Amino acid sequence: MNAELSAIELSIKEREDFIATKGKQKKQLRCDAESIAGCVSQRACVFCGARVVLNPITDAIHLIHGPIGCASYTWDIRGSLSSGTELYRNSFSTDLKEQDVIFGGEKKLARAIDELVAAYHAKLIFVYSTCIVGVIGDDIEAVCRAAMVRHHIKVIPVQSSGFIGNKSAGYRAACDSLLSLIHTEKKISKKPKSVNYLGDFNLAGEAWIIRDYLARIGVTVSTVFTGDASYEELKTAPAASLNIIQCAGSMAYLAKQMEELYHIPYLRISFLGIEDTAVTLRNIAEYFEDPEMQQKVEILIEEESRKVTDELSFYRKKLEGKKAAVYVGGGFKAISLIKQFREIGMEVVMVGTQTGQPDDYDTINGLVTEGTVVLDDANPAELEKFMIEQGANLLVGGVKERPLAYKLGVAFVDHNHERKHPLSGFVGAVNFAREVYSTVCSPVWRSIQMKTPWGE
Amino acid sequence: MSRKIEGVKNVNENPCNMCMPMGGILALKGIEQTMVVLHGSQGCSTYMRRHISQHFNEPIDVGSSSLNEKGTIYGGEKNLKQAFNNILRVYHPQMIGVLTTCLAETIGEDVERIAAEYLRENKLNYPIVTAPTPGYGGSHAEGYFFTVRRIVEGLAKKAEKNYKINIFVSNISPADIREIKRILDLMQVRYTLCPDFSDTLDRPYVRPYTKIPEGGTKLADIAEMSGALATVQMGMTVDESISPGEYLREEFGVPLYTIPIPIGLENTDIFIKLLQELTGGVIPLSLQNERGRLVDAMIDSHKYNFEGRSAIFGEPELVYALAGACIENGIMPLVVATGSKNSTLCTLVQDLSAEKGLDFIPEIVTESDFKEIRGLSVAKGVNVAIGHSDGHYLEEQENIPLVRLGFPIHDRIGGQRILSVGYTGTAMFLDRVTNTLLAAKQKSYRQTMYNKFYRGKEKSEVAKYELLRV
Ligand code: SF4
Ligand code: SF4
Repeated sequence: MNAELSAIELSIKEREDFIATKGKQKKQLRCDAESIAGCVSQRACVFCGARVVLNPITDAIHLIHGPIGCASYTWDIRGSLSSGTELYRNSFSTDLKEQDVIFGGEKKLARAIDELVAAYHAKLIFVYSTCIVGVIGDDIEAVCRAAMVRHHIKVIPVQSSGFIGNKSAGYRAACDSLLSLIHTEKKISKKPKSVNYLGDFNLAGEAWIIRDYLARIGVTVSTVFTGDASYEELKTAPAASLNIIQCAGSMAYLAKQMEELYHIPYLRISFLGIEDTAVTLRNIAEYFEDPEMQQKVEILIEEESRKVTDELSFYRKKLEGKKAAVYVGGGFKAISLIKQFREIGMEVVMVGTQTGQPDDYDTINGLVTEGTVVLDDANPAELEKFMIEQGANLLVGGVKERPLAYKLGVAFVDHNHERKHPLSGFVGAVNFAREVYSTVCSPVWRSIQMKTPWGE
Repeated sequence: MSRKIEGVKNVNENPCNMCMPMGGILALKGIEQTMVVLHGSQGCSTYMRRHISQHFNEPIDVGSSSLNEKGTIYGGEKNLKQAFNNILRVYHPQMIGVLTTCLAETIGEDVERIAAEYLRENKLNYPIVTAPTPGYGGSHAEGYFFTVRRIVEGLAKKAEKNYKINIFVSNISPADIREIKRILDLMQVRYTLCPDFSDTLDRPYVRPYTKIPEGGTKLADIAEMSGALATVQMGMTVDESISPGEYLREEFGVPLYTIPIPIGLENTDIFIKLLQELTGGVIPLSLQNERGRLVDAMIDSHKYNFEGRSAIFGEPELVYALAGACIENGIMPLVVATGSKNSTLCTLVQDLSAEKGLDFIPEIVTESDFKEIRGLSVAKGVNVAIGHSDGHYLEEQENIPLVRLGFPIHDRIGGQRILSVGYTGTAMFLDRVTNTLLAAKQKSYRQTMYNKFYRGKEKSEVAKYELLRV
């Protein structure tokens, strides 16, 4: 092991400010900055951020204005589910070619919209801009406006040119598009005890689980942003009496704007893990100041916990004392993962995010134990170094990180948009524990320890 | 018979291809101790890494110059040089390959000049190979060959005759590359195979972990490609302008032999015969037996295969080889499609169909997308699809089973281990197709027959209704 450690020194000076060990240095971690060239950042782009947020809207046409690659790499890679149409699962692209880059792509975009309207009769089209669209100067706002007049449907531009910032900028661009979509001049009559649920993309049906919980305590969900959402449903959002935000990284901005525009207060919540789920349900009931609801919450918690405690304690026994490393997209995920690991008896020894904000890192710092390495916008070399140094048994990350973990003989949990099982609520907590168990306690790790026939 | 859509399409619906730098990364990953830098915005490189690592289940480190707004307006030179610095420091590669993306090309970056300047400024004598690969300039298939050509252009020096054979492989699986190498060794051919990602993109589990995997075509061997006896290039559909073999022929007079990927009996025969002619060696008995076994397998499954009506899609070179393999087994390729622009493919498949006197006419489409492939497949009654994972769309939407091969395979495990070349690989490929046809039949034939023929013990009203429906 030692030979390996000496071989992996951190050699990029510019990266030092982005890495800290709790208890060792008293420094403010740098974050929310641009990636350093040549550092093999794991980050995606603005467009990616925007598409993640908007793509779950099921009855929309998602049209990517740009060269083919940007569309190819994002076609149907998310596991958002729909209860109705599957239109959103198609990848539409203007497939810009050399001559479009030279002469501009506005006309092609307009024709593309016309064709799609004729073929699909959709009421809503999102037009995403990619890097080169920003450079060649296509005015997608104007094209969308004209198309809207031509077709009497919503055609919403998403300003997601990839190089102006990172994924967070994409979230913001998506939120701006959502705001323009739900914009209304009409007087709104508020629906009592109704909420909008922000920042759940209905991966593997997560939004459905939460809808059910809330229905059982007497709260209706007006709109989910954006899991399994439809155009009509989104338009009802301003009438809700409360916004609850799960993924704050992508949705805090939208919540703040809606508070200002439609006077909807918001609560930051989390349905990840048993503890958070229970706290969240209680907070909602408390917010509505409704004793009957509070009672229903307790019944629900009692019922649902009962279903999962045996299984969870089995996993806990198996996993107690193991060490986890976390490298995920946003701060919210990292924070809830630290808590979830605690629920199954594991300690987080390394934690990082691609786009965490200063206050996320403050929270993280408050949660982790001494000696935990915290890092922002990490690269493979750093992940490798700290996984080994910190003796992690498990890494939580996305597809790109998985093979690295495996090559290091470290277990792995997928925490991205492709997963096929829900992680929210009480069921989700069990799923999470089961997945951790299935990788940490797999017999294959015994095989890699085995001596080879030639004695190595 | 075939149709080429030129410049009339405004929407690509469910793409069948990826962009140029993607192919460039794959090619560079097959060169010894090489790191790749993408000059452009961060997102492109992250997306491509993600796609590639999903297929191969390997860590794929690719640097990016992470162009931001400033770099985009004032030029990204500083970013690219910083990227070189950091890559050298962390990875200690023996070579760096630089690819561009749409963004870098649109703002007119001259990576060749920047690289040369970087080397001069730092007094380095170091190989940096550059390949301008704007995503909008072509698909990953062209990006792949073009980058291989740039590698050879950058590294090959005038060399003594060395009587080796240069082998340029198209984008086949690591398992395929290993099989090609096994055959070359069996026939005692001395060769330089490029790009060789059989180890780098399918590495064994070993500790300690190294950031750049072992393996890949040796830089020294590429340097000496100019002195080879001949070049064998699996590139029937590859345009001269992006052909590495063509470069060696023009520049150093190395004779070039262009052959299909050896998938299928005839395609493999072409490969073996050529090797024998070039080296004057013998075809060992074991290889003769492999051929015999393949022929035996073809006979065993011919009746099942003759019920196959296939749609083949993917990179032009692969599609062409597969068309041959399907035709010789009666798995009629009714739809032959690629997302790339490639008129040669049309001509080649047309010629092949004419030569074989087929009873049917394949529909050949280039610059295609899955909307078109789906439409054609349904219209023509295709019952098996052959190609990469994005075709799962056909499986899901139209119930046409998909035999996975090519790139990318992202919804199944083991894309790197799919073996389809040579006599043995072909037999394995054929079994996969035949068994897919059989599985579909066995799953449905009881119900089908029942629906078609069962009219009840005594004729009932229901049966009459059924009769009407059938
Ligand atoms: S098409 Fe161009 S911009 Fe899009 S991913 Fe490929 S290189 Fe990047
Ligand atoms: S070109 Fe821009 S928008 Fe497209 S993938 Fe690359 S970074 Fe993202």
